[in-house]
Amino acid sequence: MTTGSASPAPGSFLELRDLRIHFPTEDGLVKSVDGLSFKLDRGKTLGIVGESGSGKSVTSLGILGLHKGGRAKISGEIWLDGEELVGASQDHVRTLRGKKMAMIFQDPLSSMHPFYTVGKQIIEAYRIHHNVSKAVARKHAIDMLGRVGIPQPDRRVDSYPHEFSGGMRQRAMIAMALSCDPELLIADEPTTALDVTVQAQILDLMLDLQREFNSALIVITHDLGVVAELSDEILVMYGGKCIEYGTADDIFYRPEHPYTWGLLGSMPRLDREPTERLMPIKGTPPSLINVPSGCAFNPRCPYRERTGGKATTEVPQLLETEGGHLVRCHLPREERRAIWENEIKPMMEVQ
Amino acid sequence: MSHRADKGGEGVNAPEALLSVQGLQKHFPVTKGLLKRQIGAVRAVDGVSFDVRQGETLGLVGESGCGKSTTGRLVTRLMEPTAGKIFFEGHDITHMSQSKIRPLRRDIQMIFQDPYSSLNPRHTVGAIVGAPFRIQGVQTEQGTKKAVQEILELVGLNPEHYNRYPHEFSGGQRQRIGIARTLALKPKMIIADEPVSALDVSIQAQVVNLLEDLQNELGLTYVIVAHDLSVIRHISDRVAVMYLGKIVELADRKSLYDSPMHPYTNALLSAVPIPDPARRKDRERIRLQGDVPSPLNPPPACRFHTRCWKAQVICKTEEPPLAELAPGHQVACHFPENVEQATAPAAAKVAQNVEEALHPKKPVV
Repeated sequence: MTTGSASPAPGSFLELRDLRIHFPTEDGLVKSVDGLSFKLDRGKTLGIVGESGSGKSVTSLGILGLHKGGRAKISGEIWLDGEELVGASQDHVRTLRGKKMAMIFQDPLSSMHPFYTVGKQIIEAYRIHHNVSKAVARKHAIDMLGRVGIPQPDRRVDSYPHEFSGGMRQRAMIAMALSCDPELLIADEPTTALDVTVQAQILDLMLDLQREFNSALIVITHDLGVVAELSDEILVMYGGKCIEYGTADDIFYRPEHPYTWGLLGSMPRLDREPTERLMPIKGTPPSLINVPSGCAFNPRCPYRERTGGKATTEVPQLLETEGGHLVRCHLPREERRAIWENEIKPMMEVQ
Repeated sequence: MSHRADKGGEGVNAPEALLSVQGLQKHFPVTKGLLKRQIGAVRAVDGVSFDVRQGETLGLVGESGCGKSTTGRLVTRLMEPTAGKIFFEGHDITHMSQSKIRPLRRDIQMIFQDPYSSLNPRHTVGAIVGAPFRIQGVQTEQGTKKAVQEILELVGLNPEHYNRYPHEFSGGQRQRIGIARTLALKPKMIIADEPVSALDVSIQAQVVNLLEDLQNELGLTYVIVAHDLSVIRHISDRVAVMYLGKIVELADRKSLYDSPMHPYTNALLSAVPIPDPARRKDRERIRLQGDVPSPLNPPPACRFHTRCWKAQVICKTEEPPLAELAPGHQVACHFPENVEQATAPAAAKVAQNVEEALHPKKPVV
């Protein structure tokens, strides 16, 4: 892991190197993101999975530079298309937001301005980055609304956010995010507030648009189903750290971290015969102020006894097991694979 | 509580049905102007009928605005129904007065969705879980505190946390407090409105397992209202799918999920993301057009016809009745799917029912 701003620009479109975002509070230092590194190319989709408080949303806001000027202490490097963003000025990052990178937020009602029409909000964003007349920008806004599937876009462009249904608002939000053709799109729980049939429409739409614009997409969610639909690669976060990283196949067919097993086991699935019981993870996610010593997952891990006491004393390294599949666990690789093949997998598949 | 003794006094329904709902309606008036002239009504629930048998779990599933939560609240009498009947253990409780319904509240309890807003932040856990004893004037052998601590232990909370406040607990633990409160008076039936949707995945599984354990241990009957089709499949014995205030399909779990008959159920099931990356290439998803229409002005006849790919002229003019097309499998559709997969002995009856559903002798209003 390289440190210092002197390191060379990476080959990937987006690269995070040892990103740390800490918030000092009265109760102590909240280590929301604690040493996160990953790469992402254009045209690819990364899914970030984790429970509430695992640091996934803080990461995305950090990439967009929205923690700058606040109380957050940020260190590490964020490289976007050959530019380092952690050290960059607030004003500079602001010019990148919207054009180079954009975000789709979870709750479209609270992330749109209720006082302005949907069209005006899209036009405003477009005109900041493009020196065009209002009429041209308006035409562009109508065009974008039509592309995300809003009926009668030339009429709806003058509607207010409250006049849209939840699904349409989320579409308008996507139109706004895509209006300047961003190369990096971050979607933070894009479908959590939506019904399943609308969720399906939005997921299809995001896939189509990503193909069309060839953008890099980061999808942040707690829903493993959504991640499986969209992602090429998946990063599982726990306690501010990446605990497992791999291709979608790695995570769903060959997961090696006990937390990932727990997530897969806690989820009832429609594609398999119903199991008698779900296999939940015991306990609750840790507080980010008092992250358990050693492996952050150790109080909830059923296999902590098998690590020879290392679980509580030593923070495990994020190590490669095979072909780019990274796991942060003290258990030896063979043992992890044996547990998955012999204990967890049969339990999940058995009736 | 003499009404408990004479079972079947007004026994109109099958003896095993603990709860029976017939033609239940709830219309919320929409008023305008100074004189509050009524200009319309939101038909949140518009003619819903179902039975809940002793010891089973009925899942009510549907998208937002379909009336599933309102149905739950009507059954617990937290809202006054506009029309229809609700029978609990054979007694008509539809318009029972508050003083008469109070003893019945022991038997029907409710778990709410949001564990943050459903617990009074100024009361201790002991006071919250002990409140039912106080309100109902129930005397316990070793005092309320002991009884409360036993319940806390039953739902997996530390009994020593008796004097703590809700803010000291996590979301999952708060939901356990809510469950403990409903269990205090040993109810017969629990209505749970989205009991796990506010919780993290790993905590969801804990609470789902807890609900199942409690059912086995205490012989509870559940009505679970949720939007998550996979959770509903896991927990329910029978499932009712609602759309715009009506039940469109009602069947036991296996036949509903294996061979759904209503196009809407099919669309719902195909829309659920499957956590299996290999499936995404070859699966076919039914893309429904548009959004759910407003319940203020629902489409005439079959309410799904505006989004249905099978819709014909008849769907816009005649409302399909909720007919039993296979044993225990009721569907309200003119052009149901998977009918041929119904079991052989029922085939003849099915054909007849389809015939009736397609060409009713009398036009259905």
